[in-house]
Amino acid sequence: MSELIKLTGVQKYYGDYHALRDINLTIDQGEFFSLLGPSGCGKTTLLRTIAGFEGVSSGTVMIAGRDMADVPPNLRPTNMVFQSYAIFPHLSVAENVAFGLRKSGMSKADKATAVDEALTMVGLAGYGARAAHALSGGQRQRVALARALILKPKVLLLDEPLSALDKKMREHMQVELIRLQRAVGITFILVTHDQEEALVMSDRIAVMFEGEIGQLADPETLYRRPNSRRVAEFIGKMNFINGTASATDEGAKVLVPGLGKCTIPAEQFPQGVTTGEVAIGIRPETLAILFEGDKAPRHEAEAVVDEVVYYGDMTYYDVRVSEVEKPLTIAMKNLIGRPVLDVGAKTRIAWDERSLVVF
Amino acid sequence: MAARLSAEQKRGIGLVAAPFSYAIMLLAVPLLAIVLFSFWTQDFMDVDTTFTLNNYREIVEKPIYFSLLQRSLYVSLCVTLVTVVLAYPVAYFVSFKVHPSRKSLWLFLITIPFWTSYLIRVFLWKVILGYNGVINSGLINLGIIEEPLTFILYNVNAVIITLAHAFAPFAILPIFVALEKIDRSLLEAAQDLGESKLMTFLRVTLPLSMPGLVAAVLIVFIPTIGDYVTPELMGGAGGKLIANMIQVQFLQLNNAPLGAAIAIVAMLSVTAISLLFVFLNRRWLRGRS
Repeated sequence: MSELIKLTGVQKYYGDYHALRDINLTIDQGEFFSLLGPSGCGKTTLLRTIAGFEGVSSGTVMIAGRDMADVPPNLRPTNMVFQSYAIFPHLSVAENVAFGLRKSGMSKADKATAVDEALTMVGLAGYGARAAHALSGGQRQRVALARALILKPKVLLLDEPLSALDKKMREHMQVELIRLQRAVGITFILVTHDQEEALVMSDRIAVMFEGEIGQLADPETLYRRPNSRRVAEFIGKMNFINGTASATDEGAKVLVPGLGKCTIPAEQFPQGVTTGEVAIGIRPETLAILFEGDKAPRHEAEAVVDEVVYYGDMTYYDVRVSEVEKPLTIAMKNLIGRPVLDVGAKTRIAWDERSLVVF
Repeated sequence: MAARLSAEQKRGIGLVAAPFSYAIMLLAVPLLAIVLFSFWTQDFMDVDTTFTLNNYREIVEKPIYFSLLQRSLYVSLCVTLVTVVLAYPVAYFVSFKVHPSRKSLWLFLITIPFWTSYLIRVFLWKVILGYNGVINSGLINLGIIEEPLTFILYNVNAVIITLAHAFAPFAILPIFVALEKIDRSLLEAAQDLGESKLMTFLRVTLPLSMPGLVAAVLIVFIPTIGDYVTPELMGGAGGKLIANMIQVQFLQLNNAPLGAAIAIVAMLSVTAISLLFVFLNRRWLRGRS
């Protein structure tokens, strides 16, 4: 895969406010790339600097080997799907989709064919004559997609495109977007605050905090080996236990209060092996409640159920373990014959040192 | 009947009764009187109340009325055009270029001309445009002209200039409101889809502000056609309009029925043209959510 977008040392100030702090990243041709972060972290600003709606205070934005410093948005090889979709209310669906074709030099018939193809691609065949205001949220988004993709941009920028949709529709559109991206082979850059959405859709994710990139990795690495506590806390749920570590040859011996002692290799220390006071991260699904007759594959500990949250397919337990100050969250699948425990029930939990991350 | 009205309906009728009767007395009754008068004739000091179309016949047959009406329409259309064309950039500037916290200050400034009475503003234009007025003496002192310009006072041009100024805020405000309602992301979307700023304006901003533009046209056009004060003071002999003729018929020639008929004809012309605008407005509003 070849490099399509290269940002070098991008800084952005609004007056005194430092919106983007030294952003360096490259995005490859055909990649599905996500910018993920809490609101106000600069992810939308970064997207808009790529689109050309915001200038940079310093640094360079290169797209397809060309410096974009003096290139206005209308001349950049990027197209955007806006958060509000920005469907022109005075035009029909077909006129909206054909909006960018004015300068294409295509004949009227060619344009009509291209519009039909674009609408078919997003699943809106036959909607061309509809008035834009008669569309539902999901349909508006498809029109916005068709309108951008018909121009065959090198990069499609998506600014929180799914945030206005209800949960069912959102999940459906996530799958559709992945399918579409694979079909057209265009680089997609998605801005989202929804970590699940980013994990589901992206090839790589840049997690942003306060104007800088906290971690840039593929979804699995990001989830399994977050490089900092704030990334770990932002992506999914994570339990933290304060423990102590002492270095050994290939890692460290770690004492996890309430659970026990174990040896952890250096790769589970994303910030390098530290000794003394450490924070130990454990994902809820890597712990397990041991029901009657269950045996822990590695280690087990005594626990008392403190809180039960039933999700249908899953049950989330908060359990108290002696010597651990905060209850630990455990996610259990509701398999056949598996009971849901009551609050106050005494139980045993299983844990595995291979799933720990130590900071 | 009254017993069957609910308490809420009674309260509604009570609320509406006063303004409604006020409107009937001051709008509907005089209008009906004018319509009635237009079918009567003046018989020296008395009014002959037999139904006749003679007044309308006279209006159609004598060319003066038609040419006055034509001039009135011409002046109104010119005023409307000048006002709206000049008002649009102002409204655009306030909506797009002025910082949001300053917008109300700007709107406030735009209304300043209304702080003085209409009549005084007309007289001020006389001072500005007059034979020895600000413009003429200024240009003579600068050596640009030797003789005072005469085409700027006591003719149709003077009427157009004065009315265009008087109605400017009426045109600015509806256009401003229409521009304010445009979602700014639509403009970014148009640019993102490859259009320059000018084409974005022509393809997105202008069509979306059309309802405000049509409203401005109506608001300026309808009152100017019936304006009496400005042509009387600024128009001279050649700048009199249909409203001045109506005044002459009623008050000087003592021919109220003919004056009423002219008023009805003028009103119908305005209605016809306004309906055209309303039709345009409908067309532009079609498909808006």
